[in-house]
Amino acid sequence: MVATHENKNKYKVIGKSPIRHDGVDKVTGRATYGADIKVPGLIWGDVLRSPHPHARILSIDTSKAESMDGVFAVVTNKDFPNVEEKEVSTGEDVVNLKRDQANIMAYDKVHYKGHVIAGVAAIDRNTAQEAIKKIEVKYEVLKHISDVDSAMAKNAPIILESLIGDHLGENVPNTNVAKIFRHEFGDVEQAFKDSDCVIERTFTMSMIHQGYIEPHNATAVWGQDGKINLWASTQGSFGVRAQTSGMLGIPESKIKVNYVEIGGGFGGKTKVYLEPIAALLSKKSGGRPVKLVMDRSSVFEATGPAPGGKVRMKIGANKDGKITAAETDIMFESGGYPGSAVAAGSICVFACYNLTNSKITGYDILVNKPKSAAYRAPGSPQVSFAIESVIDEICEELSLDKLQFRIDNASKEGTRRGDGVKFIRIGLEECLEAVKSSDHWNSPLGEAPKGKARGRGLATGYWMNGGGKSTCDLMLNDDGKVTLNEGSADIGGTRTSISMQAAEVLGIPVEDFHPSVPDTDSIGFTGVTGGSRTTYATGLAAYNAAQKLVEELKNRLSTIWEADSDQINFSNGTFSFENESIHIQDLAGKLDPTGGPATSTASVNLDSAGNAFGAHICDLEVDLETGKTDVIRYTAVQDVGTAVYPQYCEGQIQGGVVQGLGWALNEEYFITEDGVMANKSYLDYRMPTSLDMPMIDAIMVEVPNPLHPFGVRGVGEVTLAPPLAAAALAIKEATGKRHFDLPVKPGRIIDLYKS
Amino acid sequence: MHPFAYLAPTTVKEAVDVLTEYGDKARPLAGGTDLLVKARANVWDLDAVVDVKNIPELNTINFNSDGLTIGASVACCHIYENEKICNEYEGIVDGASIIGGIQIQSRAGLGGNLCNAAPSADGICPLIVNHAVATIEGPNGTREVSVDDFCTGPSRTILENGELLVNIFLPKPKENFGSAYTRFIPRNEMDIAVAAVAASVRLSSDKNTIEEAKIALASVGPTPIVAKEAADSLIGKTVSDEAIDKASSLAKDAATPITDMRGTVEQRKHLVEVLTRRMITKAIERARG
Repeated sequence: MVATHENKNKYKVIGKSPIRHDGVDKVTGRATYGADIKVPGLIWGDVLRSPHPHARILSIDTSKAESMDGVFAVVTNKDFPNVEEKEVSTGEDVVNLKRDQANIMAYDKVHYKGHVIAGVAAIDRNTAQEAIKKIEVKYEVLKHISDVDSAMAKNAPIILESLIGDHLGENVPNTNVAKIFRHEFGDVEQAFKDSDCVIERTFTMSMIHQGYIEPHNATAVWGQDGKINLWASTQGSFGVRAQTSGMLGIPESKIKVNYVEIGGGFGGKTKVYLEPIAALLSKKSGGRPVKLVMDRSSVFEATGPAPGGKVRMKIGANKDGKITAAETDIMFESGGYPGSAVAAGSICVFACYNLTNSKITGYDILVNKPKSAAYRAPGSPQVSFAIESVIDEICEELSLDKLQFRIDNASKEGTRRGDGVKFIRIGLEECLEAVKSSDHWNSPLGEAPKGKARGRGLATGYWMNGGGKSTCDLMLNDDGKVTLNEGSADIGGTRTSISMQAAEVLGIPVEDFHPSVPDTDSIGFTGVTGGSRTTYATGLAAYNAAQKLVEELKNRLSTIWEADSDQINFSNGTFSFENESIHIQDLAGKLDPTGGPATSTASVNLDSAGNAFGAHICDLEVDLETGKTDVIRYTAVQDVGTAVYPQYCEGQIQGGVVQGLGWALNEEYFITEDGVMANKSYLDYRMPTSLDMPMIDAIMVEVPNPLHPFGVRGVGEVTLAPPLAAAALAIKEATGKRHFDLPVKPGRIIDLYKS
Repeated sequence: MHPFAYLAPTTVKEAVDVLTEYGDKARPLAGGTDLLVKARANVWDLDAVVDVKNIPELNTINFNSDGLTIGASVACCHIYENEKICNEYEGIVDGASIIGGIQIQSRAGLGGNLCNAAPSADGICPLIVNHAVATIEGPNGTREVSVDDFCTGPSRTILENGELLVNIFLPKPKENFGSAYTRFIPRNEMDIAVAAVAASVRLSSDKNTIEEAKIALASVGPTPIVAKEAADSLIGKTVSDEAIDKASSLAKDAATPITDMRGTVEQRKHLVEVLTRRMITKAIERARG
C-alpha cells in the first residue's frame, strides 16, 4: 500500500513495477554467480583456519603440504607485501589495510577462531582440503575474550598489541577499547534532575550474522603481464579492487574485477576475505586460475557479522509527555580488529526524537570474535531495541499513550540529530500518523487460545542512508533501445530501479532498456551497494546521464531542423520545434549524418542522502508453558520518499522485518566457554523460515526526498531497525515481563514469566 | 575429503560382508542425510560408503497379522504417505513427518535415524512407545533387539562390527491404543528438538482406565530415555489431570539434560513436564478414537 503525502508529478515509469531485467535469468538458473565461474585450467584453493580464538603463532610448517602430489602453491602472511598502516575508502566506509590484511591472513597472532593462517592451491578441491590438514602450526594459546565487559576489565589480555586507543581524544596503549567518542548537547544532568520520570536500563545483545545464502567466493588469475583478473561475490567491485590493490601492493588499474550476480550480502559482502589469497595462490601457481569457496561454518566464524555488545540507556520525561533528556553508552564488539558500527549506531540512536538535551558515548571494543562488518542499517537495530524499550517503559510509567508520545516527540525538519546534524524534510511524523490510521493499529489483538497470551509492540527506527560516488553510461542504439551501464552491484533489483529513472527522463519504456553491470575496467568508479545509496545515487547518475543525452540529441536535431538547440522542446520522449516533431526512439536510427552514435555518461558524488524512518507494529502470541512465540500480524510503515518500484520497496521492507524478527527472537552467536561459536550452521543458528513468518504488511509513506529530482530515498535498511523492540515489547504485553537481553528466546521468556 | 569406494550390494549378505571387511571405515548409506554431513565435516573418515537402498528387504513396508515391518532404508515420506500406517501408528507418523523438511523426509528414514542415534532423534522415541523391535543381520547371524536398548550414547548403538539394521518391526496396536510424539523447537520447522516426548497408552474397554503406558524422552540425555516410572504411575489409574500431572512430573525427574546452544537444563526439564502432559493427553484422545 502506498500512502502519498504530497502532490507528486505524474510519472510515466516511476511508481510502476515492471518485469525486472534480470528476472528471467535468475528464475531459470541461468544467472552466473561467483561459484559458477569456470576458467580454462582452473585449480582449487582452500585455507587453514585457527582452531583457537586467541593464540600466538609460534611457527608454521608448510613443507608437507607443499610436497604433496597435486599441490601447486601454499601461501602464508609472508607472501603478502608489507603494507603500511593506511586507510582506504571503499566508497562507503574506510578500511585499514594493514589490519585488514592481517584479518584475512594472520601473521603473528590469531584473533578469533577461524582466522586464516595459510592457503593452498591444488589440482582439485579435495586435494586442497587434504593438503590443508598437512600444514603444521605451533600456537601459544592465550586467554580469550568473548564479551565487552571482559575486554574492558583490568588486566584483560590485549588482543591487538599495536593498538593505541583513542579515548575521547586521549591516546591509550595496552587497551582493547579502540575508540571512545561522544556527541553531546544541552545539559542532561540538570534535565534528568528536573524530570518527572527517569528510567535507566542496560541491554545486551549477541553477535548476529547477516545470513546471506551464497557463501563468499573468489576466482583469480594473475596474468603473465602482472595484471589480476578477479571474480568475486561482492556488493561492490570497486571496493574489492581497492582492498585487493592495497593488500597486495598492486596498482588498482592493474586489477580488473568482473561482475557476477550476488546471492545476498546485507552489508557482509563489502569486505574482501578470499580475493587477495586467490590472487597470490594464482601467482605462485604460475598464473593458473584459482578458485576458493567458503563453507557455511567459515562464513559464520570468519566473515563480518553484526556486533553484539551492551547499550546503557537513560531517558527522562515529564508528565506532559515530553522527553527531557536522553543519555546512552553504546558498547559494541568490533571483533578481532577495530571498527564496529558504533559510529553509525550513535548517529541513529536518538534520531527519532526531538531532543534538547542529549549525550551519546560510543565504545569500539575488541573481542576474540570475527571482525564485524556492516549489517543492514549497521548499529541501528541494536540501539533502536534499547531506546524503544525504554520509551515504552516511560509511557507505561507515566500512563501515556505510546503512539501519541512518539508523535509528540517526533523528529521533524530542523530537529538536531544526536550527532548535531539538522534534519532536512523527513517523514517520521507522517509514518506515525499512518500507524494511527492503519487498520492494524485500530484492530483488536483478538483472543489467544487457551494457554497462550498475545501482545502488541510498537517501535520506530532510523537510518541516515548513504550518498557517495556512482557512474552511469547510456547508449542510444539505432533501434531506439537503450544500453545502460552502471557500476552498482545489483542486489535488490537496482538495474531496473536505475533504468526506470533514465526511462522517465527519456520517455522510453523501461522494457526497451538493456541494463548491465560491467567490470571495473568498463565503467567509472561506483561505490559499494550499501547504505541504501544505490537507487538514490546511481539513480541520480542515470537521471543526469539521461538529461545529458537529451541535450546531446537536441544538438543533433538542431543541425537537422536548422534550429537553435535551446529552441527545441522535449517532453514525453518527443522532440519538437515549430511544426517538426519526432520521438526519441524514431530519431535514434537517423543520427548518422549528425555525428554518429549518441551516448552520454554521468558521475555523481553525493555528500548526503535523504533520511529513512520507519514505525512498526508487531502482534505476537506466546505459549505461556513453553515460551514459544509466533508473530501473528505485522505491519511496517516506512517513509520511502518516492517508491520508484513499489514491489521492490515492499520486498525490501518485508525482508528486513524477517531479519529483524530473527534477531529479536532466536538468532545469536552462541559462544561457548572455550570462546568458539557452537551453532555455526543454519540448523542451529535458527534464522526464521517462511513457516515462522506471517504476511508482513508494508505501508509506504511517500515524503519526497528534497535532494533527489524524483524524491527518491533509500529504502533497504531502516526496515531492520524497529522489529527487535517491536517484538520484545509485544512479548512484554503478552507476558507482563520486560526483556533486556537479545535474543528473546523461549528459554528466557519462560524463565522470566515464571519468576 | 579423500577418495572413497562407493559400494551398492543387492543382498544383505553382501552388505554384511563389505561392512565386516571395512569395519569403522565404512558406513551404510540409506537416506544419506546424516552420513554426507558427517563425512564432509570430517566426523567420519570413510574408505567406503555402502549404499543399502538396492537391497529389497531394506526397502519394503510389510503388514501382516502380527504387525508392521518397515525396511531400514524406507524414507519417511513413504511412511507418512501410507494410509494404513497413518491410521494405526499415529505416533510414528508424528515423528516421521517432522524430521528435517520435505526434501530430507524424501530421503531420510527411521532406520537411519535409529542408527545415527542422535539424542535428539525424532524417529526413535515414537518407535520405543510403539514397542518396536530392530532386526539386525551380522557376520554371526540375525538378532532382534528392542529399540529401547538400541542406542548406547550419542551416535553410538549396539551395532557391532559388520552388523546391519535390516528392518524395524512394530507389533499390531491393541484395542484402545494411542500414541503421540512432539518436540519443542523455537521455530516451526527445520530445527532440532530442545526436548521431545513420546507417549502411548492402552485404555480399558470403557476407555476410562489406563492399562498400559509407555513414555520416552529425547534431547534430554545422551540417548533416548525410557521414562518407566512415569509410565508405570499411570497404569491402573482412571484418566484424570492428577494422574497425568503426576506422570509428567516423574518424566521431568527422569530427564538428564545438559545446557548447550539449544537450551538449558532447567528449560529442558520444564519442557519435558509440559510436553509429557500434552502427549499423554493426546495419546489418550487417540486411544479413545
